[in-house]
Amino acid sequence: MNLSDKSNKDSVETIASTIFLILGVINIGFVLLICVYLIIAGLPAIVKIGPIDFLFGTKWASTAADPKFGILPFILTSIYGTAGAIIIGLPLGFFSAVYLAKIASKKVRYVVEPLIDLLAGIPSVVYGFIGMLVLVPSIRTLFGLPDGASLFAAIIVLAVMILPSIIKVSITALEAVPQEYELGSLALGANEIETYYRVIVPAAKSGIAAAVVLGVGRAIGEAMAVMMVAGNAANMPSLFESVRFLTTAVASEMSYSSGLQREALFSIALVLFVFIMMINATLNVLLKRGGVKRK
Amino acid sequence: MSDNAKPSLQQKSLPFGRSLYSHALQSCMLLCIGITVALVFFLILYILIRAIPYFSWEILTTKPSYLRGTIGVLPDILNTIYLVFTALVIVLPLGVGAAIYLNEYAKSQKLVKVIEYAVETLAGIPSIIYGLVGMLFFCQFLSLQTSLLAGSLTLVIMSIPVIIRTTQESLKTVPNGYREGAFGLGSARWHMIRTVVLPCCIDGIVTGCILAAGRMLGESAALLFTAGFAHALHGYIDGITSSGATLTVALYVYAKEQGEFEVAFVIAAILLVLCFITNYLAQAYGRHMKKIKQ
Repeated sequence: MNLSDKSNKDSVETIASTIFLILGVINIGFVLLICVYLIIAGLPAIVKIGPIDFLFGTKWASTAADPKFGILPFILTSIYGTAGAIIIGLPLGFFSAVYLAKIASKKVRYVVEPLIDLLAGIPSVVYGFIGMLVLVPSIRTLFGLPDGASLFAAIIVLAVMILPSIIKVSITALEAVPQEYELGSLALGANEIETYYRVIVPAAKSGIAAAVVLGVGRAIGEAMAVMMVAGNAANMPSLFESVRFLTTAVASEMSYSSGLQREALFSIALVLFVFIMMINATLNVLLKRGGVKRK
Repeated sequence: MSDNAKPSLQQKSLPFGRSLYSHALQSCMLLCIGITVALVFFLILYILIRAIPYFSWEILTTKPSYLRGTIGVLPDILNTIYLVFTALVIVLPLGVGAAIYLNEYAKSQKLVKVIEYAVETLAGIPSIIYGLVGMLFFCQFLSLQTSLLAGSLTLVIMSIPVIIRTTQESLKTVPNGYREGAFGLGSARWHMIRTVVLPCCIDGIVTGCILAAGRMLGESAALLFTAGFAHALHGYIDGITSSGATLTVALYVYAKEQGEFEVAFVIAAILLVLCFITNYLAQAYGRHMKKIKQ
């Protein structure tokens, strides 16, 4: 090999390693870009309105002559909605996961797991659409309400949407428990069900907690499906009333907003982002402790 | 699982409390898995049964016309294809490159941790926030206006974590001996990666692409403010620079704002089928590759 060829090869190598370094570091850039843009766009309105009035004001009337920008109704709706979705979705997902991970035969898993993947892959607008056509009218007739579009409808749609992620992460956590635990417990005379619920589930509890937190993150960030079933009136949350979530507050007014109203919408997004960052931090801690990889 | 070693549930010697506990939990599990499976079947059947009467060649191959009062979904299908194609072409080198850096090049463990944390953060950010930032950055700051291009760039940032994660996983399955062997023969790093490592993990990259495409197909909140609502029929170059509704956005607009449920059902059925296909491909491809490796 002559000298010029070697230096040519060296320079290709240097260029390649620089390019890969840039491609790696650019991801930090993306996160910073999102943070910086949200803070630049979101902070001014919070300062103008006043952080206390903004976060704890109970009235949102952005287009009124004397506009009010209190987002407490949205924050509480998001929290209640997410909590409701977890209350319904967690038991359903947890028991399904234990069944699939421990009891189901290979054949059953072979059929059911693709179905759960499908549930995870269905676009959120499709959930919203079905919720709008099936759930909302049935809630209206079942509870004798003037309109079925309510927090309750949103909770059910969210519960269905977080179900696949709860099931899948829980299955991974349950399967990560060493088989010796199971064999030991069986040898001591516990039957299968007792073994699963008193030995394996406690051993997998960090992973299952991670599944719950993942579900919380999904539910609090969901916009389109909720927008189609929750009614979108800026009320304080109540189970059978039309409500607006943090996400839908941003989405529903963005297209016609202007001035301080628009800035306030970005502030709502900033608040949502802060929530999500806290949830992500919790999730990372739990995943590390559970020894489960995020899928 | 040791199926033959398990004692049967119906042992008569169990005290009443324990057998009640077991049976209660077991029925609970059967009930829950039953509800879950029934839910999936209900969703699939409901959408398909309501959509099939409205399927026609016309609705799939025309654009909406106010003059004739007809609705067609062809522009939405094309927009979706343009959008997913563009986003995949851009995200592929970005994601694979980042994964290669993390796995093959990075020397400082601290930097790797920071980048991995950044990627995890990207994966957790809800799509509505991507939509807002995409609108501020791509549509306004880079003045791309509301266009499919702005939409696909937003989707690029959104789906980078999927590509990085799947590529990284398959990079980790390449045995270190391959790398050491290549180095021992005098290969430089990039040459080694290009000729030895990458060919071994094509499968992971393809799976990542399928998963990312599936996610892009279903995305709507991020596209609402970046890609727009238009239903015009365009070629690729015109289409990518002008505003256009994807299938999901079109479904939202038809169902929520215009009350056109027939076409909304047709779109929902198309999305369901696409989702089924991407899931199936990802699984089948993964299984196929596992077999080849063994």
